[in-house]
This record gives sequence, C-alpha cells and structure tokens, in this order.
Amino acid sequence: MYTELERLALRVREHIIRMSTDGGCFIGASLSCADLLVYLYARVLSISPSRVNDLDRDYLLLSKGHDVPALYGTLAELGYIPRERLRAHLSVDDHLYWHPNRSIPGVEFHSGSLGHLLAVGIGIAMDIRLRGGRNRVFVILGDGELNEGSVWESLLVAAAKGLSNLVVVVDRNSFQANVETEQLIPLESLEDKFRAFRWTVKTIDGHRFDELEQAFANLQEMQGPHAVIARTVRGKGLPSIERRADRWFANFTHDEIAQLLAELHQGDAATLTSQTMIVR
Amino acid sequence: MNNGIATSATTYEQMLLDLAHADDRLMVLTAENRAAIRNLPERLGDRFVDVGICEQTMVGLAAGLALRGRIPVVHALATFLTLRAFEFIRTDVGIGRLPVKLVGAVPGLLSDGNGPTHQAIEDIALMRGIPAMRVFCPSDVQDLLLALPAIVRDPYPWYIRYNAAEPAVSHTPFMVGRAEMFGRGTDVALVTYGFLLRHVIDAATRLREQGVSVRVIHARTIKPVDGEMLLAVAADCRLIAVVEDHFRIGGLFSVAAELFQANRIAPRMISISLADRWFRPGRLKEVVDREGFSELQITSRIERALAVPEASELLNEHTPVFAPAIL
Repeated sequence: MYTELERLALRVREHIIRMSTDGGCFIGASLSCADLLVYLYARVLSISPSRVNDLDRDYLLLSKGHDVPALYGTLAELGYIPRERLRAHLSVDDHLYWHPNRSIPGVEFHSGSLGHLLAVGIGIAMDIRLRGGRNRVFVILGDGELNEGSVWESLLVAAAKGLSNLVVVVDRNSFQANVETEQLIPLESLEDKFRAFRWTVKTIDGHRFDELEQAFANLQEMQGPHAVIARTVRGKGLPSIERRADRWFANFTHDEIAQLLAELHQGDAATLTSQTMIVR
Repeated sequence: MNNGIATSATTYEQMLLDLAHADDRLMVLTAENRAAIRNLPERLGDRFVDVGICEQTMVGLAAGLALRGRIPVVHALATFLTLRAFEFIRTDVGIGRLPVKLVGAVPGLLSDGNGPTHQAIEDIALMRGIPAMRVFCPSDVQDLLLALPAIVRDPYPWYIRYNAAEPAVSHTPFMVGRAEMFGRGTDVALVTYGFLLRHVIDAATRLREQGVSVRVIHARTIKPVDGEMLLAVAADCRLIAVVEDHFRIGGLFSVAAELFQANRIAPRMISISLADRWFRPGRLKEVVDREGFSELQITSRIERALAVPEASELLNEHTPVFAPAIL
C-alpha cells in the first residue's frame, strides 16, 4: 500500500547519505525526518513544482533547518530541483548549504537559528485566514528546538489567535545536538504541554506511513492549532549510526559512504572510523 | 500635506489609518504597546494584531505576513523591539529583506523616568548594522507624518525611532536619504536628529545672537545618510558638532566619521552624546539638563570648542558615569 512512498523515502535517504561527505551534513536529524517530509510532500501538501509561488499553496517551514538534506532530497525526487543539483551541496557557487534558504525552489524561508519559523508560520497562516484561503501551514520543529523560549511564546500566540490552519510537527527523535533530550532538558510529557497551551495533539510513529496518514487526516475539521508529535529515530535507516549521540553531524569518507549506502539496502553494517562529535 | 496620498491626518494614528485605507496590504501589529494606536483595533479589525508581550513572535509573524505580500507596521518600546527581538529583526526581516516597518517607542532620552532597562540608546547602532535596513529618526509629528507614506511604500525594511513631539520647525517634504538644512553658517554645523532638533535650533539661535555663524543639519534618515550634505558641511564649516541622544558608539557621529574617512577628509568634529554610560532617569526636562543637551549647555560646549581651535576630543570625557544603585 505504501510501496511507492517507501521507495521514495529510500531514494531521499540515499541523497542524504551522499551529502554526508566532502564537508558533510547533519545526517542524524535528516534521516529522522525523512519519512515525515516524504509523506507530507507526496500525500498531504497542496503544492507542486509549478505552484511554488501560488498564494493558494500549502506551506511547509523547516524550522530546525539543519535537517535540510532531507528536504533537498525530497525536492529533488519530486521535481522541484534537478537531482544533479544535489551534487552542488556545499559549493559556494550554489545555495545548497547546511541550512535552508529561499534560493531553492520549494523552500519557503531560511532557517538555522532555532525557534524562528513557528512565528513566521503564524504570520503566513494569519494572512491565509484574512484572505479566506483554505490552505495550511506546516511547521517542522525539532524536539531540541523546543528549548527555545520563542517557541513557547509563539505557541501561546497561535492558540490565542485560534489558527486552525496551522500544524506543528515535532520531529521527536529524542536528541538535542549531542545529548538525549530527557537527559538534559526533559520535555515529557510533551503531549500535556501542548494540550495545556490549547493545541490539539496526536503522537504517532513518524516512520510509519499508516500512522502519518491518520495523523494528517481530518485536521481541518478540528479547532486548531494542531500539533503532531512524530516519534522518530535519529539516523533512521542506518543501524550503525541510529540513536548515536555522537553522529549528529557527520563528514564521512567516500569509502564509508559506499558502506552506508550498502547498509541502507540491507547490506552489512558499515565500519565507521571518521571523526565523531563534530561541532558545527 | 503633499505626500502622495489624500490625507488631512495630524496624528500618527490617523496617518496610519489613512495609509491602511489606501493600501490593504498594510497591517498594524503591536506587542501590547497601544499608546500611539489606541483607536486602531476597532478601525482596522483583523488588520490590527496584538500579540501580547511577545516581541520575538511579533517580528517573526510580521516576516510571515510580509512573505504573503503584506506591509506590517510593528510597534513596541524601542528597547524591547531592537534588543529583545534583535535576532528576529536581523535574521527574519534582515536576511529576508522584507518590507517590515519597525516602530520603536520612547527611544533615547524619551524613556525619561524608566531607567536603563528602557533606554534605547544603542538602537541606531544595532539597526543600521543590518544589511538593507533603513533608519528614520523624526524630530516631531510633522516630520513623522511627512515621511510615513514614503516609508510604507518603500520596499526596504525600516526602523522608525518614533517621536511625535510638537513640531520644532516647519519641514520640507521628505525624501529618503536627504537631510534638512537650516541656515548656511560656516563657523559651526550642528548635526542632529530626533526630538533634540528643538534644543539644537534654540542653541543655534543663541549662538547667532553672539555672532557665531551657524547651520543646523537635521539628518532625518540616518541610513541612508545624506552624504552629500555632510561632505558639504565638512567643506564649509570650521567645526561639526553631532548632537544625539544615543551612545557615541555607532550613532550619527560614527556614521559621519565613517563617511569622512571613506572620503579621506578629517574635519574637526565633536560629539555631544551619551559616552559609554547609561543616563540618569527622571523627568525629561531634568534628564536633558543633567545629560548636557539643553540649549545653554550645547551653546557653551560650542563656544568652548570654537575658543580653543586645536583642542582634541577625549572620547571618554564628559559627566560622571551613571551607575544604577541597585543594578
């Protein structure tokens, strides 16, 4: 039933792995939100490569930003940008760097500093409502990002303004940069926090398409704003780096990339020796 | 008033309303700072948004509205807008190059009795440091109203150092990057902006009575600054005195110094400003007197400088540092 989505997600993961060399990328968070982004772009968002400037389109804002390789991969697979363009990752002649920006078709706004795009999303959702539009705004937040005070300020404001066309999706991979969230600044019970802030909330497995389907069905019929907590695994798809606190950012050798691509396709686990705990 | 729209507005609030009626892209936002716009909620309906005391969210929200084609005019106290929300201004509005108009209330000495938490005296330094950001410092309500239509139409982000005092002088039409000049004297040019224009004009009158040849430059926009006017001043005048209720670092004195250096000239210039210190809070008139901005103090400062042509300015001199007792 979801074979096509699974294949798409696998290709997006291949792109992410290929971007984690020659300078590297934030591979852990990119892999955790890959299924989520694939599902939203393929099945939920009312948007297409020819409609990236339509006022009627749905918006997806990637607030945590450093997971952008998953977005680059998704946009490339769905025809927003040519697949070959991904080879320009980190080239100063292109605009594919570690955080998103509007020079890439399909990217709505730049991010990188945490705790910004929920506020921006509120502005977009508010204008849509003023114009009587039916389109929606999806904001992807990292769970580590929930440390930022501005997020909670914005959660209050969105609820106060009753924005039913606004959906927050938390990529709940349970890691901050290098530490588990519950070990540093515990977030649980996160559902209760959203409810207390007067958001609707659902928790799902962010790697299961049937649960993703359920989470995003019928959202508009409820009074919003809406939060979906997607429980995910950092590094999902590569057992050798899954849930590894030290594989937040990775800059692998070409040999390691070959091993990781094989591992993704059910091959042997990669033997990784390149530096861990890289600070970016 | 010839400013491109049909208006007989005499208040900031009425002008915003007229602009909002003429252009439905305009929206008014506030972080619960309604003093200057108290009647707009009922007049503008959904185009008025009060986010509560959430300056960061307000600025991000304004960026989101601007992405959809709106022109948000946002209001908060100048300190909380430019400091609490600084990164949102720099990152969302600045990097995005979005036409958000930021209106900071009670800037500079106008925070009078509030104390150092409320003293926006680095706001110009912060705002002008953001690429594409433009900065307007009106001297009074007439100046503010003359500029507002042009600022709302302009595609750039703007910081407006809000001041709606009674008019100090009669102004010429507003043009982005153009200063106003009062008098053509050549002994001294008093260069200023904001509500201090009134005190500077009075000081100029006093100096003229004593036979000093004076011109007053009212900068209006600090960014872009009127470089042509400042270079003419440097060529014509023996002394330039920049008078501003801002830290000496990063304000108009710095702007002028940067301009002169870029043009490889070194006119004699003094700064009447807030050196590296907060100002003593109190009633505005007393603050002005205590901090050296009264017409008499400006006058005597200029007289001293003219009497000792070779004196050099020590950048850290001036009145004792105000160290708040409880901070």
